[in-house]
Amino acid sequence: MNYILEILPSLLAGAKLTLEVFIWTLVGSLPLGLIVALGLMSRFKLVKGVLRFYVWLMRGTPLLLQLIFVFYGLPILASWLILPRYEAALVAFILNYTAYFAEIFRGGLQSIDKGQYESARVLRLTYWQTIRKIVAPQVVKIVLPSIGNEIINLVKDSSLVYVIGLGDLLRAGNIATARDVTLVPLIMVGIIYLMMTAILTFVLSKLENHYSYWK
Amino acid sequence: MLELKNITKRFGKKTIIDKLNLQVADGEILCIVGESGGGKTTLLRCISGLEKIDQGQLLIDGQAFDPSSPASEAVIGVVFQEYNLFPHLTVLENITLAPKMVLKMEATEAKKEAEQLLAKLSLSDKATLYPYQLSGGQKQRVAIARALAMQPKILCYDEPTSALDPNLSQAVKEIILDLKKSGMTQIIVTHDWDFAAEIADQTLKVKPLKF
Repeated sequence: MNYILEILPSLLAGAKLTLEVFIWTLVGSLPLGLIVALGLMSRFKLVKGVLRFYVWLMRGTPLLLQLIFVFYGLPILASWLILPRYEAALVAFILNYTAYFAEIFRGGLQSIDKGQYESARVLRLTYWQTIRKIVAPQVVKIVLPSIGNEIINLVKDSSLVYVIGLGDLLRAGNIATARDVTLVPLIMVGIIYLMMTAILTFVLSKLENHYSYWK
Repeated sequence: MLELKNITKRFGKKTIIDKLNLQVADGEILCIVGESGGGKTTLLRCISGLEKIDQGQLLIDGQAFDPSSPASEAVIGVVFQEYNLFPHLTVLENITLAPKMVLKMEATEAKKEAEQLLAKLSLSDKATLYPYQLSGGQKQRVAIARALAMQPKILCYDEPTSALDPNLSQAVKEIILDLKKSGMTQIIVTHDWDFAAEIADQTLKVKPLKF
């Protein structure tokens, strides 16, 4: 018990970094994902082509490789592209998750019946009124389970930042395990991840419930 | 009065409507009948601004107007074949959304008018329900109420009886004739000749154009 209390502060410090990466990635990639989704449905072939390539690249290569590339690779390409570790991690995560969210949003947007747009149009709603009042609430309900899945993934993916030397939760546990030759820190790391995902699962199911008043 | 002058509509090289001329007087019921593929729905979509016409002119009371331009006033209401109610809004919200957002009506006023419409269409007890909780006939009446809430001069229906059983068709007929009494101009696309014969002041037969 004493040992647990002894290593807890370092684990919690790691968990704090994990949460920061998690939150900032969401803050950046959710809105960007929506914008990219709109771009993927654009009439402009060039916009569409560029964004398709971007999504293909992000989904087609490991996040670990992207992380390494942003931190170690970019400075080799151009000397002004040196990013501190933390910022490099955020850039890589946001770029990666934006691609996944964009595909989810695109699916949601395309599943809205065109009759909904036509109804709104003959009622003289403007484009933005239609998006805000008619399309968005329906898309949110449709994409919520898939978004939730990605959000849970993100909590665990954030452990990849150890590769560029950031002290997240997993790294803190790893260090303690190597130093003290015991599995206790890693078990605690597992428990902390489980608690974080349990809270998220709870919040997400609340949100889904909130949208269950209509079908 | 609604006038169509030389209306032509093509999809690619295929001409769907060829130089159509038509007049519908105020308070009149025009039925557009004919077989599938004859362009009935396309004509309705042109009048309601969902399709751009390639040639010709639409006039209301002698004034040219473009129903597809967002600036044009809400003079034409549409009741879609699939009703296209907004599934995430209650019956009342479905009806008050556009009056509030487009006509900038006060919430209380919009609600009051919506309740009057619901009462008229015997839907008063359905105001707080969501579309998935309604039957087909009820959804259709909500769609009618939603269109009427925008105070259109002309109300268009796409196949209003196709999804209803016969006694419900009777009910729709009564609603349409009731609206006629209050002076509403109505345009109804239908493949149901009997229904058309019972309500129409004027019937337009369309058939697919030969090539």
